[in-house]
Amino acid sequence: MSASFNARNAVAALVVAGLVLLPLYTSLSGNVFALTLFTRIVIFALAAVSLNLIMGYGGMMSFGHAAYLGIGGYAVGILAFEGTGSGFIQWPVALAASALFALVIGALSLRTRGVYFIMITLAFAQMAYYVASGLARYGGDDGLTIYKRSDFGGLINLSNRVQFYYLCLGCLLGGIYLVWRIVNSRFGMVVQGLRSNEARMQAIGFPATRYRLVCFVIAGTLCGLAGALLANNTDFVSPAVMYWTRSGDLMVMVILGGMGSLFGPVIGAVVYLVLEEFLSQLTEYWALIMGPLLLLIVLFGRGGIVGLLGRLDRG
Amino acid sequence: MLLVVEQFLNGLQFGLLLFLLAAGLTLVFGIMDFVNLAHGSLYMMGAYFTATFVAWTGSFVVGVLLALGATLLLGIVLEFVALRHLYGRDHLDHVLATFGLILFFNDAVRLIWGPAGLALPLPAWLTVPIQIMPGVFYPSYRLAIIVVSLLVAIFLYVMVMRTRLGMLIRAGASNREMIGALGINIKLLYTLVFGLAAALAGLAGLMQAPILTVQIGMGENILILAFVIIVIGGIGSIRGAFLAAIFVGMIDTLGRAFLPDLLRRVLSSATASTAAPALSSMLIYLVMAIVLVLRPEGLFPANRR
Repeated sequence: MSASFNARNAVAALVVAGLVLLPLYTSLSGNVFALTLFTRIVIFALAAVSLNLIMGYGGMMSFGHAAYLGIGGYAVGILAFEGTGSGFIQWPVALAASALFALVIGALSLRTRGVYFIMITLAFAQMAYYVASGLARYGGDDGLTIYKRSDFGGLINLSNRVQFYYLCLGCLLGGIYLVWRIVNSRFGMVVQGLRSNEARMQAIGFPATRYRLVCFVIAGTLCGLAGALLANNTDFVSPAVMYWTRSGDLMVMVILGGMGSLFGPVIGAVVYLVLEEFLSQLTEYWALIMGPLLLLIVLFGRGGIVGLLGRLDRG
Repeated sequence: MLLVVEQFLNGLQFGLLLFLLAAGLTLVFGIMDFVNLAHGSLYMMGAYFTATFVAWTGSFVVGVLLALGATLLLGIVLEFVALRHLYGRDHLDHVLATFGLILFFNDAVRLIWGPAGLALPLPAWLTVPIQIMPGVFYPSYRLAIIVVSLLVAIFLYVMVMRTRLGMLIRAGASNREMIGALGINIKLLYTLVFGLAAALAGLAGLMQAPILTVQIGMGENILILAFVIIVIGGIGSIRGAFLAAIFVGMIDTLGRAFLPDLLRRVLSSATASTAAPALSSMLIYLVMAIVLVLRPEGLFPANRR
C-alpha cells in the first residue's frame, strides 16, 4: 500500500481522525448519545476488521462470525455472574474461549470449500446460539445482565464513557495494526496466495489447511475481544448477539466498506450502523429501505466504498 | 409403542415438509448456481398469503390455491426484477443481496400484517383424527401433509426425469451456454425454475402454518435446517435432498421426543431437563458436522460438471 495521497487514504485518515476526536465533540456539545452510538460502532468495526482478515485476505467466507461475539461476551458475563470481576481474568478467558472455538470449528469447516464453507460456519454458529439459549442458569433465551463491568484495578475505569470509548478505539486501532502486520508478513502472503491459487501454493509445498486454520483462529480471537467489549458496553449478553442475522450484518459491513482493504470494514461499519440509526429514527420500518439498498449496492457497487474511492483515484 | 408410532409419523411429516423447502433451494442452487437466503422469506409469504386469502374467501382450498399462485408470482417477479442480474456472480454477492431481501420482507410483513402473528384455522374436515392402526389415532391434517408432500416429490421426480421441460432443466444445469446456443430460451427457463422453487417454499410454509403460528421470522430457522439438509444431501441433488430431509426430520423430532428421557436415565433429572433442549437443537448440526468431516461433498453429491 503506497503512502501517497489519494482519496482512499484521505478517507481512511479522516475516519480515524474523526473517531479519535469524537469525545471532544461530544463533551463540547453535550451530545452523549453520539458517544454511545460510536462506542457500539467502534466495537462492531473491530469485529468486521477481524472478519475481513479471513474473508477479504484469506478468501474464507465465514457466515458464523457473530458466534465469537457471543462467546467473548458470555465469557465475561458468566465470570462476572460467578463472582470473578477482574478483567485480567475475564478477558484472557474470553480470548482463549474464542480461540478454542475457532480452532475446533475451523479444523472441521476448512475441510470444505465455497458455499459448503459458508453453510457449515453458519451451522456451527447456530449451534453455539442454541447452546447459549439452553444455559438456563445464565438466563437462557432472556440473556444475562452484567451488573458490574470488568474491573481493571486502577488502570482504567470501564464505567467512564470516555475512557471506555478510548479503550474500544485503542483495541480497534490495535486490531487494524495487527491485521496490517499479518497481511504484509510472510504468513499473510501465504494466506493470500492460497486465496488466489491454492493448487499452486500447495505445489510449492505450503500446507494449505494449516495456514488457513491459524488465520481463522487469529480472526476468531480478535472477534472474541470485540465480544468482551460489546458485553461491557451493553452490560448484557444474550443469545441474540450470535443469531445468524448478526453474522450477516458483519458480512455486510465488510463488503459494504470493501473486502480485502485495511480500513474498508471500519468505513463499512460506520456507514452501515449510522445508516441503520438514521433510518430507524426516520421510520420504524427502516429495513424496508435498508434491504433494497443492500440489493442495489450488490448490483451496482462492486468492491464496496473503498473500491468506489479507488476508481475515483484512477479517474 | 403408541408414542413411538406417533413420533415416527411426526418425524416423517416434518422431514417431508423440509424436503419441499430444500428441493426448491437445491434446484435453484444446482441449476442457476444461486444461493438464495430469501427462500425462507418465500416460505413465510406463503403462510401469510394463505392466512389472508382463507380469511377473504372463507374457503380453505380456494385460499390455499390463491396463495400458491401468489407465491409463484412473487418468485417470478423477484427473479425478473433483481436476482437474474446476479447469476454468474460470486456466491458472496448472492448471500448479501438475498440477506437484504430478508430484511425487506420481514419489515414489509410487519408493515402490512402487523407485528403480532396470525392464526390459520383448519376446516372441520381436516381436524378429525384418523385411525391408522387399531387403537392408534393420528391427526388427519398431518396425514394430509404427508400425502401432499409425497405427491409433490413424485411430481418433481417425474417432471425432472421424464418430461421435456425436465430434460431442458437438466441440460441447463450441466451446460448453460450450449443449451442457449441450441435455441432454448434459458432466461425464461431459469425464471420458471425460480417460480417453481418459490411455489414449493410457499407450499411448505402454508402447510406448516396451521401447526405453528404465522409469524415474522418463521422462515429463518427452518431455512437453516433446509441448508443443513442440502449440505448433508449434496448440493444440487434432489434425491439427496429427499433422503437427507427425511433423515433430518426424523432426528430432530425423535431427538426432541426421546432425548430428555434417555438423558434422565444417565444424568440427574435437573441436569437432564436443562441439557436436553439444547442438545436436541444441536443434534442436527452435530450430524452435519460428522457428515462433512467424512464426506465433504455431502452424502449424495450431484454429478459434477
